[in-house]
Amino acid sequence: MSLFEAKNVSKQYGSQLALDNVSISVPEQCIYGLLGPNGAGKTTFIRIINQITGPDKGELFLDGRKLMPSDVQLIGYLPEERGLYKKMKVGEQALYFAQLKGLSKAEAMRRLKYWFKKLDIIDWWGKKVEELSKGMQQKVQFVTTVLHEPKLLIFDEPFTGFDPLNTNIIKNEILFLRERGATIIFSTHNMESVEELCDNITLINKAKTILEGGVNEIRSKWAANEYDLVFDGNVEIEGNSHYNILKKQNENNKSIFRLKTSSSISTNDILQNLMRSGNIISFNPALPSMNEIFIRVIETQN
Amino acid sequence: MNKISVIIKREYVTRVRKKSFIIMTILAPLLMAGIIIIPTLLMTNQSGEFKKIAVVEDNSDLFKGVIKNTKDAEFVYLENTKVDDLKKTFEKSGFYGILYISPELVNTPNAVYLISSKQPPIGLLTYIENSLKKEIERQKLLAYKIENLDDIMKNVETNVTVQTKKLDESGVEKGTSTGIAMALAYILGFLMYMLVFIFGAQVMRGVIEEKTSRVVEVIISSVKPVQLMMGKIIGIALVGLTQFMIWIFLTIGIVGFLKTTILSKSGATEITQSMPQNLMAGNQQTATGTTQAAEISPQIAEFSKMFDNAMNQPWGLIIICFIFYFVTGYLLYASVFAAIGSAVDNETETQQFMLPVTIPIILGLMVAMGTMQNPESSLSFWCSIIPLTSPIVMMARLPFGVPYWQIIISMVIMLLTFASFVWMAAKVYRTGILMYGKKTSWKEMWKWLRYSG
Repeated sequence: MSLFEAKNVSKQYGSQLALDNVSISVPEQCIYGLLGPNGAGKTTFIRIINQITGPDKGELFLDGRKLMPSDVQLIGYLPEERGLYKKMKVGEQALYFAQLKGLSKAEAMRRLKYWFKKLDIIDWWGKKVEELSKGMQQKVQFVTTVLHEPKLLIFDEPFTGFDPLNTNIIKNEILFLRERGATIIFSTHNMESVEELCDNITLINKAKTILEGGVNEIRSKWAANEYDLVFDGNVEIEGNSHYNILKKQNENNKSIFRLKTSSSISTNDILQNLMRSGNIISFNPALPSMNEIFIRVIETQN
Repeated sequence: MNKISVIIKREYVTRVRKKSFIIMTILAPLLMAGIIIIPTLLMTNQSGEFKKIAVVEDNSDLFKGVIKNTKDAEFVYLENTKVDDLKKTFEKSGFYGILYISPELVNTPNAVYLISSKQPPIGLLTYIENSLKKEIERQKLLAYKIENLDDIMKNVETNVTVQTKKLDESGVEKGTSTGIAMALAYILGFLMYMLVFIFGAQVMRGVIEEKTSRVVEVIISSVKPVQLMMGKIIGIALVGLTQFMIWIFLTIGIVGFLKTTILSKSGATEITQSMPQNLMAGNQQTATGTTQAAEISPQIAEFSKMFDNAMNQPWGLIIICFIFYFVTGYLLYASVFAAIGSAVDNETETQQFMLPVTIPIILGLMVAMGTMQNPESSLSFWCSIIPLTSPIVMMARLPFGVPYWQIIISMVIMLLTFASFVWMAAKVYRTGILMYGKKTSWKEMWKWLRYSG
C-alpha cells in the first residue's frame, strides 16, 4: 500500500507551467528518488507535498486519505537551501522548530538530547548558529527535520556540504529511519546515492514525468544488450557480426570485456562461441549507471 | 493558534533580550527628561560663579542704586570713575564686567554697555535691562509731576496670566492649559510616528532576514504563511507596547520625582526664584528683584496648578485611543512592511517601495505639528479621519478635545482599512517569500494578490 500518492498534479505560475499532470505513488517504508534537471519542477512538487503552495489541479493522499493542513505534523522536510536563524542559539532554535511541529517543550527537549548526543553535536547546544561550520548546521537541521518522527520524510539534497565521513553518518541515519517505519522522498542530483539508497524513482523533466519505476527494473530495462564478460588469464577476442567489443581491460591476470550483442542472437549462442576462446569466469548483463540513464533520457527528450 | 503563540513568543523574547532593546528602553525616558530639564537647569545655574559688576556713569548719578544685588551678582556703583581708566585696570580689578551707562540712555535706549571678557549670560542681561527700563519709565513719569507717584506705581503693578477653563458636557469647568495640550499633542503624535515607523521597519527587516536565510521555507512547512506573518507582527507589537509601558512608568516616575523635589525645596528661595519663573515663560517678576519672598507662594500655586491642569487632560481616553491607534495603525503599516519585505531579496531593494509608504506617515506627522497651532482646521479634521494619517493626527488632536462621533468614525474606518490591508498583505507575503532572484515591482505584487493558494 502506498503511504503517499499524488494524482495528476498541475501547477502554473503566470504563463509558466511548473508541473504538468505529475503523479507519483510512494510505497510505505520506501526510499523514493525524485530526480530531474534544474528547473524541472521538483521544488514546486516538493512544496506542494509540504502544502507550502497548493496545486492548481490534482489530488494528494497521505496514508490513503486526502492530505490535510494538519498533516504537516506527519511530514518532515529538509529543504535544499538550508536556513537557520543565525543569531539564535542552536538548542533554542531546535526547540522552536520542534514546537512549531506540535511537540510539547518537554518532549522536544528529551528527543533533542537524544539526537544531539547521537550525532555528537551536544557540545554546540548553547552556541549561536553563526559560530557553527556548515556541516554542523546541516546536522542541526537534519535533527530538526526528523525530530517529530514523521511518517513521511522529504530530503532535498541531504548530503551537500557534508564530508564523506558525515555523509556516511547521515546515510546510515536515513536507513535507520526507514527501518523504524519512515517513508522517504529523496531529491538529489547525486546518482550514486540514488543507486545506493533508492528503491523507486520518478524522473521529472520540463514539468512532466518521463521515467518512473524501481531502480533495478529501470537499470535492467536500459541495459540494452550489454554484458560484462570475464576470462581467466590473458585472452584476446575480436568483435564479429554478433557482438561488438565496447571495452577491454586486463586486471589481476583476468581479461574483462564489455560486449554489445545484436538482438537477433541468443546469449547461449554467443556464449558457446566465446567458450572456445578461453575459460569464462563470469558473464553478466551490464547495468548502466543511473547517471548514464539520466543523461540519456534527458538528452533524447530534449 | 497554539503555533502562532510559539512564533509570537520567539519574536518577542529574542528582541526583548537584545542589549539594544534594554539600553533604548532605559535611556529614552532619561534622554527625554534630559531634553526638558537640562535647558532649565542651565538657565537656573547659569550663574555658577558669583559676579561682581562695576557700574559707571559719565558725570551723573542718575542710575545709582537702581540695579539691586541678586544672589549671584553684586552691582558696585563707582562714582567719579572713568570707563577708560577702569578698562586699563580691569584684569586686576576682579570685576566680572563693567556696566557703562551713558547719559543719553534716557533718550537712546541702547546707550548702555556691558563690557566683559566673557559672554555674559542672557539672564543677567535681561535682569539689567528690566531694572534700567523700570527706572527710566519711573523717571519719565516723574517728569509729569504726579503726586505720590511711588505709591501709585506700587498700586498699579499687576501680573496677568490667562487662565483657561474647559466646559465639559456636564457643565463643569476644568482648568486646562493650552501649553500642556500642545506639548502633549506633540509628544503623542511623535511617539506614534516613531513607534509605527521603528517597529514597522523591524517587521520588514525580520521578514527579509527569514527570506534571505531561507528559514522561511522550513517554517512554512510547519505553519501557514499568514500565521508566520501575524506571529511576527504581533510579537514585535508586544515588544513595542512593552517598551511604551516602561517609558510611561519611567516618565511618570521622573515627573513625580521632579514635582516632589521641586515643590518641597521651594521653601528655600533659591529654587523658586528661578525654576518656576523659567518654566512660566514671559513671567518677568524677577525684574523687581526685591520681592522674592513675597512672591514665592503664588508661584508655587501656579506651578502646582500646572500639574493639576495636566491631570485634567482626559487621560483615560487618551490612553485608550493611543493603544487603539497604535495597535491598528501599527498593524496596518506593519503588514504593508511585511509584504514589502517578502517581495525583495535584500534591504537595499526596499527603497522603491518605502517612499509611497513613508509619505502618508510624514504627512501625518506634519499635519500633527500644524494641529498644535490650529486643532480645529479642516485639514486636521480630515487627516484624523483618513486611516493612513489618523493614528498620528488624531493623537495630536485629542488633548484639545475631539467630539466622540469623530473618534468613532475614525476608529471604524481605521478598523476596516486595517483588516483589508492585512488581508492583502498576507496574499502578497505568501507568494513573495518564496520568490527569489526576481526584481519585484508594484505591478508584480498586484498580480500576486490574485494568485490562488
